[in-house]
Amino acid sequence: MTQQNSSKNINLTLKVWRQVGPNVKGRLETYQANHISTDMSFLEMLDVVNEELILNHRDPIAFDHDCREGICGMCGAMVNGRAHGPEKGTTLCQLHMRHFSDQDTVIIEPWRSRAFRIIKDLVVDRSAFDKIIQAGGYISVSAGGTPDANVIPVPQEAAEKAMDAAACIGCGACVASCPNASAMLFVGAKVSHLALLPQGIPEAAIRALAMVKKMDDCGFGNCTNETECEAECPKEISITNIARLNREYIKAGLL
Amino acid sequence: MNWLADVIGSSIGKKMLMALTGLGFCVFLFGHLAGNMTIYGGKDAFNSYAEHLHSLGPLLTVAEIGLLLFATVHVLSGTLLFLGNLKARPQRYAMKKSAGGRTVGSRTMPYTGFLVLLFVVFHLMNFHFVDKTNTTIFQIVNNAFSDPIYVGIYVAAMIMVGIHVSHGFWSAFQTLGANHPKYMPFIKGLSIGFSLIVGMGFGFLPIYFLFLS
Ligand code: SF4
Ligand code: FES
Repeated sequence: MTQQNSSKNINLTLKVWRQVGPNVKGRLETYQANHISTDMSFLEMLDVVNEELILNHRDPIAFDHDCREGICGMCGAMVNGRAHGPEKGTTLCQLHMRHFSDQDTVIIEPWRSRAFRIIKDLVVDRSAFDKIIQAGGYISVSAGGTPDANVIPVPQEAAEKAMDAAACIGCGACVASCPNASAMLFVGAKVSHLALLPQGIPEAAIRALAMVKKMDDCGFGNCTNETECEAECPKEISITNIARLNREYIKAGLL
Repeated sequence: MNWLADVIGSSIGKKMLMALTGLGFCVFLFGHLAGNMTIYGGKDAFNSYAEHLHSLGPLLTVAEIGLLLFATVHVLSGTLLFLGNLKARPQRYAMKKSAGGRTVGSRTMPYTGFLVLLFVVFHLMNFHFVDKTNTTIFQIVNNAFSDPIYVGIYVAAMIMVGIHVSHGFWSAFQTLGANHPKYMPFIKGLSIGFSLIVGMGFGFLPIYFLFLS
């Protein structure tokens, strides 16, 4: 049996943001990425470029990554002006080089936001997200014996919506793609997946207030409903979660 | 009252102010447009509509103060949000593309808003703060719109208002938390419909006068 093999090799010109440290001025530098198999992922392509840089005793391009299977939320960069590249519902590690053509020029930049400081090259400090979670993105549970499963009934629809919101991997693409560098999709997802479930309800009000306050303090921008976040989110989190956050906030703050 | 200042001063609070005052202006636009339709009934119909409006006396003053208050809140919180957003991304991208979320309306909100504000001042100077002795409102409007430059400015301003409303209308519902797959498509449709009605409804009037003269 013959197997059809559609893979081929392409050559690309990369313009990559290089910045030695947080307080140093950075700039775009040009590299050649040659003989890149179209079966590679975007990060594997960067690995190839980095190997060559290391062989030439140059500083490799720093970028974040971990699982490389689209579930951890560590990877991410702007590729030709799009968060995680041009494909819908994809993290950078799951973006494949077959979506690029031979001789393409690819501009790679880090997430840009006042709240995400650049650590080096494409690596940004997303601890602002952790601070928001610490402010209220949890439920308090009294420890004790293991409770029986399914003692608290959860309507199927609520479970589905909570699960959709909980799919957020905290990658920061929503902030990066938002024209206002707002974190409302992330916070909306986190507030929603807890507010929708019975276990999250007792703390719903303080959670909404505390997380929004922390979000504002961290220096994220204000949402103007551009809906770019929803279009770029690798987990396709809906802006209905932002509306829910708004409702939770109004309820907690005014009612 | 600290809690109220905290809520209103937050990003969501300021947006709620934008949404509520914005929706207020949508209601106003609707009423204003309905009143203006009397122009098609001829000179007397329009003049008597204006007279009726003025016979409301103190009620009208209350409404005017209300509108001024709404405008102040809308402009102030809008400016604060705009400046905050500029600060939120100090270093811009070398290349940034839309993923298909933004619209003409959403992209240009602060700019169309600013132009509409300038227009409102201009409009009030033309038709509100003018000497109305020995003349009628129809006469004043008719005189203004016999000048093609005025007609041009007014038509352009109405296109701005239409673009601003096309994003502002549905956006207000989203900000107030009213977004559900069941009815959001309807609100978005209404948003486009309303912006077309406002843009064309107001925008055609100056052209009508130009042809009349
Ligand atoms: S909402 Fe989407 S884009 Fe934003 S952090 Fe979560 S997964 Fe990433
Ligand atoms: S490396 Fe884990 S999501 Fe990309």
